[in-house]
Amino acid sequence: MADQITLEVARYRPGLDTEPVMQSYQVPLREHWAILDGLTYIKDHLDGTLSFRWSCRMGICGSCGMTVNGDPQLTCATFLTDYAPGPVRVEPLRNFPVVRDLVVDIGDFMEKLPTVKPWMIRDVDSPVEEGEYLQTPEELDEYKQFSMCINCMLCYSACPVYALDPSFVGPAAIALAQRYNLDSRDEGAADRDDVLTSPEGIWACTFVGECSAACPKDVDPAAAIQRYKLTAATQAVKNFLLPRGAR
Amino acid sequence: MSLYHRPIPIFWWLERRSYLVFVLRELSSVFIAWFVVYLLLLINAVSGGSAEYERFLDRSGHWWVVAINVIALLFVLLHSVTWFGLAPKAIVVRMRGRRVPPRLVAVAHYAAWLVLSAVVAWVILR
Amino acid sequence: MTTRRPPAPEPFLWLLFSAGGMIAALFVPVLLFLFGVAFPLDWLTPPDHAHLLAVLRNPITRLVLFGLCALALFHWAHRFRYTLYDGLQLKRFSVPIILFCYGGAVVGSIISAYLLLRV
Repeated sequence: MADQITLEVARYRPGLDTEPVMQSYQVPLREHWAILDGLTYIKDHLDGTLSFRWSCRMGICGSCGMTVNGDPQLTCATFLTDYAPGPVRVEPLRNFPVVRDLVVDIGDFMEKLPTVKPWMIRDVDSPVEEGEYLQTPEELDEYKQFSMCINCMLCYSACPVYALDPSFVGPAAIALAQRYNLDSRDEGAADRDDVLTSPEGIWACTFVGECSAACPKDVDPAAAIQRYKLTAATQAVKNFLLPRGAR
Repeated sequence: MSLYHRPIPIFWWLERRSYLVFVLRELSSVFIAWFVVYLLLLINAVSGGSAEYERFLDRSGHWWVVAINVIALLFVLLHSVTWFGLAPKAIVVRMRGRRVPPRLVAVAHYAAWLVLSAVVAWVILR
Repeated sequence: MTTRRPPAPEPFLWLLFSAGGMIAALFVPVLLFLFGVAFPLDWLTPPDHAHLLAVLRNPITRLVLFGLCALALFHWAHRFRYTLYDGLQLKRFSVPIILFCYGGAVVGSIISAYLLLRV
């Protein structure tokens, strides 16, 4: 095995560059090194001006998402050896404005996420003395998969609908809304419905399915969206056909 | 702050294989519409009498009509396969309170496809 | 129950799209294979006129074929609308696109009903 690999890294310096330019670096090719380790090596030994985000280095914080050889990836969970002999192209996450080098502006997602109210909503909270809200393992299974989301935004980066129309609420936000809608303890589905069934919500999705393919946590946002389409459409028919009392 | 926005090429779906497959899947709808037109022409010919039906059969043998129909058939098969692959994601079936595995839902769709195709073929060819 | 907005068309259009996608996936391949490929290429002998006429005069056949034609056209309308929006980035022309797609499906459904009733 060669002991070096080339990383082609997108550099964008606001004010200096009008668009990103690629810069090549030679980094050691070590067996347990992730792309993120390569970037850290560049930052520490070759070029201290390179900017990128990271935090936990163990695939749970969702900060280090980038585009690796064209695919959205968590760079801490993607290994250099899988790309040997290289070169490996590292670019910022697609579909987000680039602030600098590999750092993107995530403001849009941070604004959208609370609009779907991804938290437990109860009509009446039961008193603390009554203890916790109980749930069977089957009820847990209903939403557990969607609760694995780490807000890394790889799904937004993979989604062409979001690329074309940034007002789309997007895969992760809808999957997280479904995570609570499908929770037996939650009573907030009606509160989330307006945003989810707006033109920027579920109906904008054309089921490309790339969000689910990109997800590093095996969440299936595409399935969450289609399921809610069926739920919302069934509800719309009921509202249309049945008198108010019987809904 | 000057942010960089990556422009989206008009043919963005040529950039990734999965995007291309997606656009081909969506284009299958055009061939489904073509099939409806073809079916209506057939129905019209059958109600026009035996001579007109023969004329329809002759015309359907032209090489370019066959070529269109072969391409249409490939797209329609792409539609069926992708449709049965994705339907179990939207349709959650429950039996005795338990969720039926999505694979089983897909298998049920393929079984229905097989049975209905056999019934249609039997009605026409019998 | 919270006050609801007036019913938006999108859920109904999506249901028509889905129903059309399902019925097309189930019925179109065999019909297109027989009448578009197998009979023209003489792989199979086409049915005689009297037999097809009898099949088409059966009310169940007419009902199934009308459902197939109308729903498949609405399936096309919905999918093609979004293909133009996304594939060719034509969302700014959404009004003419909507009129063309769903209008086409409505006209096509009326023509199918007429042709099927006339058999």
